Amino acid sequence: MPELLTTRITARFADLRARRAKGLIVYLTAGDPTLDATGELLVALERAGVDVIELGVPFSDPLADGPVIQRASERALRSGTTLRRILARFPDWRQAVRAPIILFSYYNPILQYGLASFAAAAARAGVDGALVVDLSPEEAENYVGVMWAQNLDTVFLASPTSPDERLERAARLSRGFFYLISRTGVTGERREIASGVEPLVERVRRVTSLPLAVGFGISTPAQVREVQRHADAAVVGSAVVHVIEARYSQEGPGAIEEFVRGLRAGAGGRPE
Amino acid sequence: MHPVEELEAAYQAARRDPAFQAELAHLLKDFAGRPTPLFHAQRLSERLGDAQIYLKREDLLHTGAHKINNCLGQGLLARRMGKTRLVAETGAGQHGVATATVAALLGLECVVYMGAEDMARQAPNVFRMRLLGARVVSVTSGAKTLKDAINEGMRDWVTNVQNTHYLMGSVLGPHPYPMMVRDFQRIIGQETRQQVLEKVGRLPDLLCACVGGGSNSIGLFYDFIADRSVKMLGVEAGGRGPTLGEHAARFAGGKPGVLHGSYTYVLQTEDGLIASTHSVSAGLDYPAVGPEHAALFRRNRVEYTHVSDPEALEAARLLSQVEGIIPALESAHALAEIVKRAPGMPRDQIIVVNLSGRGDKDLGIFQASGML
Repeated sequence: MPELLTTRITARFADLRARRAKGLIVYLTAGDPTLDATGELLVALERAGVDVIELGVPFSDPLADGPVIQRASERALRSGTTLRRILARFPDWRQAVRAPIILFSYYNPILQYGLASFAAAAARAGVDGALVVDLSPEEAENYVGVMWAQNLDTVFLASPTSPDERLERAARLSRGFFYLISRTGVTGERREIASGVEPLVERVRRVTSLPLAVGFGISTPAQVREVQRHADAAVVGSAVVHVIEARYSQEGPGAIEEFVRGLRAGAGGRPE
Repeated sequence: MHPVEELEAAYQAARRDPAFQAELAHLLKDFAGRPTPLFHAQRLSERLGDAQIYLKREDLLHTGAHKINNCLGQGLLARRMGKTRLVAETGAGQHGVATATVAALLGLECVVYMGAEDMARQAPNVFRMRLLGARVVSVTSGAKTLKDAINEGMRDWVTNVQNTHYLMGSVLGPHPYPMMVRDFQRIIGQETRQQVLEKVGRLPDLLCACVGGGSNSIGLFYDFIADRSVKMLGVEAGGRGPTLGEHAARFAGGKPGVLHGSYTYVLQTEDGLIASTHSVSAGLDYPAVGPEHAALFRRNRVEYTHVSDPEALEAARLLSQVEGIIPALESAHALAEIVKRAPGMPRDQIIVVNLSGRGDKDLGIFQASGML
């Protein structure tokens, strides 16, 4: 890995480590239900103390996602959200939010934008990195090179079924943090999280010194706390999107801020 | 992504295992009914004027289409991998029926994902799958057709990968599927080659097949790719016309992109969202084409064209009334292109059309079209 300029993500995890605190990462879909709403929601997440935000780029065929994020994607597409429009609005959001924001996207919208143009535009707009959910590490060398040239972080996923060799490859291409899927399958809330988190975290610690985030299926303060016992950060996606779906139109961004504060209360040990 | 690596390792071992190949050959012969005949359609040839048209009769296979070739192969592979459950997507229902059939034969659980819209227009196949013991799950997301059924099938697979094999029905999806499905369909071309040499003593001049995902066409073409004298023609669904959303002609209206783990020609918007498609034939109604076809297109080895819904319907009526064979609407697309091209070709030219499936499932559509 080449020498890096410190990114917002690296700085945030360094800060957490220095304070012996654990992080909370939250996902939401851009344009759900509108891009104006996204601006408000990003500010709400910042106020709630979220450490990293994953901003989903809606896609027509979100095959890694469960029903909650599929519906969010459909709402966002109905409001005309595209990667181009997200990047056009991003500088405004960046000014209002200090937390690092990465784009969570499928590969085809980026490919059609043009990989090099996308990386340049994202960096210019103040995006901190990307997670391309259907781009496997085996196919990602070129992508990673282009992103790193713009000093954008690249996050890859590893699952409990990944053999060590695959974990190493994914970790080598990751920058900022490394994302562990707590169980196999698609995104979505689960009552219980898989018991495999602790051994997986231990395996991954052996292959990388990157901060480790664990996600997929985490929806309650207790689950956040459980994940944070082992990993550096917990990722909550569908549970937050569910609250946006159920409450945003009636109650506005405050309801989401309150819900996310509740998740963080579970985190414990992180003073304001 | 580990599941595809596990699958590739298992497939590479199976393809070299004589016991696996012997069991597959036995089931293709005694269960599915191979080899299928190569039939000289003399009245059709005369009607269209000049060239000699031969039909590769995949429609005579058990379950009514070429799909069973691939399902037997992958079903045996799944059992060998210790999987107890098959999931599949289906558009027209032919692949779902073939998967349900193989699941019953091998004693495996079967779940088939099918778009709600396709379930309505291919109702007889839904009943067949249920009678065979499969659970048919209606997919109501997205456009409610084949691509959405693949999304759901893949979601099921990655969630239940420990006991489940995803039985992809065409030369689509991530590696090794396009290669593996092609290998299981190659037998179409291998038999055709032998049969045409026996019947006319030389290689054919033109091969023609419809292209949805592209499994029946790659199956016919593959063993002739090195024979430069053999021209090849793939026929896509022209649907109702050239507007995006009204057809499934990926080579005419698509551009390179990524869908379902393949980099290939995809019908899509400028922003990289996958477009909806239309065809009178549910089996061709898909926005991407198998990546090997994209490579053959780029190399100019295969010519790709498309015919409209009415042209396909009319070709189906012609074959029914001239030869006494009711083709599937998918296969009728290949015939429709030959209806255009055969007149004027030299008399000694040999054309082989892959009659990939039979038309029983389409009776409702023929009726609704008002042509009867």
